[in-house]
Amino acid sequence: MDLTLVGQGLLSGLLFGGVYSLMAVGLTLIFGVMRVVNFAHGDMMVWGMYLAWLLATRAGLDPYLGFPLCALALFALGWAVQRGLVHRIVDAPHEMQILLMLGVALVLENAALVAFGPDPQRVRSELRSATVWLGPLFVDVARLVTFGVALGLTLALWLFLARTDLGRRIRAASDNPYGALVIGTDVARVYAVAFGIGAACVGAAGALVSPILPFQPAGGLSLSVASFNIVIIGGMGSLVGAFVGGLLVSVAESLGAVFLAPSMKELVSFSLLIVILLFRPAGLFGKRAT
Amino acid sequence: MTVPRLAALAAVLVLAALPSVLSSYAVTVFIFIFFYAYLGQAWNIVGGYAGQLSAGHAAFVGLGAYASAVLSARLGLTPWIGMLVGGALAAALGALIGFLGFRFGLRGFYFVLLTVAFAEICRIVALNTDAVGGALGLYITFTGDPRHFQFQDNRMYYYVALALMLAATGLVAAIERRRFGEYLKAIREDENACEALGVNTFKYKMLAMVVSSFLTGVGGTFYAYYLFSLQPNAVFGIPLSVEIIIRPIVGGAGTVLGPILGSFILSPLGEVSRVYLSQGSWSGLHLVVYGVLLVLVVLFLPDGAYPAARRLLARRAR
Amino acid sequence: MTPILEVAGISKRFGGLQAVARLSFQMAEGEMLGLIGPNGAGKTTAFNLLSGFLVPDQGDVRFRGASLVGLPPHAICQRGVARTFQIVRPFPHLSVLANVRVGALARHADAREATARATRIVEAIGLADRLNDPAGSLTLSDRKRLELARALATEPALLLLDEVMAGLSGRETEAMVALVSGINRGGVSILLIEHNMRAVMALSHRIVVLSFGEKIAEGPPAKVAADPRVIEAYLGEEYVHAAR
Repeated sequence: MDLTLVGQGLLSGLLFGGVYSLMAVGLTLIFGVMRVVNFAHGDMMVWGMYLAWLLATRAGLDPYLGFPLCALALFALGWAVQRGLVHRIVDAPHEMQILLMLGVALVLENAALVAFGPDPQRVRSELRSATVWLGPLFVDVARLVTFGVALGLTLALWLFLARTDLGRRIRAASDNPYGALVIGTDVARVYAVAFGIGAACVGAAGALVSPILPFQPAGGLSLSVASFNIVIIGGMGSLVGAFVGGLLVSVAESLGAVFLAPSMKELVSFSLLIVILLFRPAGLFGKRAT
Repeated sequence: MTVPRLAALAAVLVLAALPSVLSSYAVTVFIFIFFYAYLGQAWNIVGGYAGQLSAGHAAFVGLGAYASAVLSARLGLTPWIGMLVGGALAAALGALIGFLGFRFGLRGFYFVLLTVAFAEICRIVALNTDAVGGALGLYITFTGDPRHFQFQDNRMYYYVALALMLAATGLVAAIERRRFGEYLKAIREDENACEALGVNTFKYKMLAMVVSSFLTGVGGTFYAYYLFSLQPNAVFGIPLSVEIIIRPIVGGAGTVLGPILGSFILSPLGEVSRVYLSQGSWSGLHLVVYGVLLVLVVLFLPDGAYPAARRLLARRAR
Repeated sequence: MTPILEVAGISKRFGGLQAVARLSFQMAEGEMLGLIGPNGAGKTTAFNLLSGFLVPDQGDVRFRGASLVGLPPHAICQRGVARTFQIVRPFPHLSVLANVRVGALARHADAREATARATRIVEAIGLADRLNDPAGSLTLSDRKRLELARALATEPALLLLDEVMAGLSGRETEAMVALVSGINRGGVSILLIEHNMRAVMALSHRIVVLSFGEKIAEGPPAKVAADPRVIEAYLGEEYVHAAR
């Protein structure tokens, strides 16, 4: 086995892991606060990608500059979905919540299909062709920037949750929804903000990978499933778990691509998922068992 | 004879007579209605009655389809027997998934993910196995020989699909009237209470999973020999699992007629939009409608259309 | 004669909490035994240990001489030990009859026989007029009756009742006391967790008192009620000292 190849796999896995982490942090935030699994997570991300594509092709805005707009738009979408739909079923059985979000996912995915067609797209960015060399390994500058921004956003979210009043209320609602209700937090608003932020995470993540990863409407499902894998492996509701899990799964998939075959990389994460489900359903960083 | 039985008999007779007056295209639409009702009915046993939300039933369709296609191509085994072999293999996979899920106490979202993970692993393995055609999949040569599960006349497929649907419905109706069915409904409501009442919940959930995956696997052969091609992304993919789930839920999960009603509502919708809107980029429109329907059903008719219709009829009758 | 139930030194620990500690007692055939104690004394944990929902860390539970430890709950029920839950768990979307039939099917595989049996029990328990209503529509008092009816339908020799009186009005409690005592006179041994002291004193032949997971007293109701350790456990030390 060529060591350079393994090193290259490790590095590109780690760099792509920033995006996985951002996706998973968004999902776990929504779950932590509302105990609702966002089955439309990947489809929301695909919309982030298409918004970046629209901004790039219609307004000439590079996705690395335009990503805040995509995040903002997805925040609005997440807010609306929570206020209009999820809010009505927060207390319903899990099955009903899953089905509702599946319905939202179908609408988002196929609305994208109607709007943009089935063919894969990729956004052009000035950074796309730049590379730098780290000894024997080359680094795609686009991936490096993506990783850096994803990391920065995760940190910013962290600070928001730790330092601001609204952030602390979101965390309180996440720790104990009824407690937050009793002390008079406007739970409905906290829920909507949390869902909005969760969606904004994938809005940004989608924009950031749009120059790297070709995308199409049908891709949302596998992005959702990837996010589920990561949060289960990291531990449902745990932000640290989502962050570390994102890096872990990405590196594992990347090494799987090196050692097995690129088309079999997901085999690694699904096998990992099954093992975690069976033997540590609370995940690597989760607090409570199922 | 009771009124419902007479109505059922009349419905079967009408469906049996229909092909002689239908256009060939309409026959095709009915074939899809019956076939998806059949798959929905199979899912209904474990997903509807037992309340174990499997979102990976495509794995069983794929396994059944590949099994009978490969056995026929390699060993010359007739799909009529390959169908049962495919069902048995699907049942074995169902037993494995069920064993892991139920023994390790995975519920709700966790069980959903377990089933999805297995279906996705099947898909990736099929994609990477050259012996079964890899990403290109398998194509079945048309012979038109009934011994090869192939028919010159589209109407024969109609009758096979109708028979599958009726057989599965009969089976579900029989299950519902027996202890097995009552236990499944109780398990869906509260597993701990069932255990306290002497119900071996693990055993009955396993049984439901095995029966359901067997029937779904048998359906795989119909899929293969009606469409003549198998691609891993199509037969093992999550979209097919969603197609299987959505009909019984819209029609009424855990009811005998729910999957059929759901299929009569949704299958023509998909077919119409496929035919009239597939030009250009409108091919996704029927799925948008599915999504909206699913959302509406969850919010306003959580039991599905069939129980709601029955309530409405009961109110009228009063 | 073999006791119907022998509990021999069972213990259960949850993390740092010793929920049940070396609990031992016996029940004779046909006996009605009250299990009382302050909140958090470990009564419901003890029930879960007896009915197979929890496995004891140590000790043995024998029903008519055969150990129940390690058996799943349904197997324990099939042997003749039925239980109710403190927080009632009806199948809300099933009818009252269907609820009870789930219990009856444990003994009668034949649907018609199970229905006949379940109908008789529903009538005996006083829910005949709600036979075909969904269980979710019942009042709390009726749901408690349903819980009892379901357990009875499994034809137990030993019935574990977890606070069947809790939340009932005075008249409802009286009716429930009459019901439980009738079941016992019909030959079913009953282990009763109860907070309603008047009811448990009136019903029980003997009483076992738990406090912090340990048995602190055992005996006939009158003797137990006068035991200073029991009064202390219920009311706190100060009260006992003040009373002296």
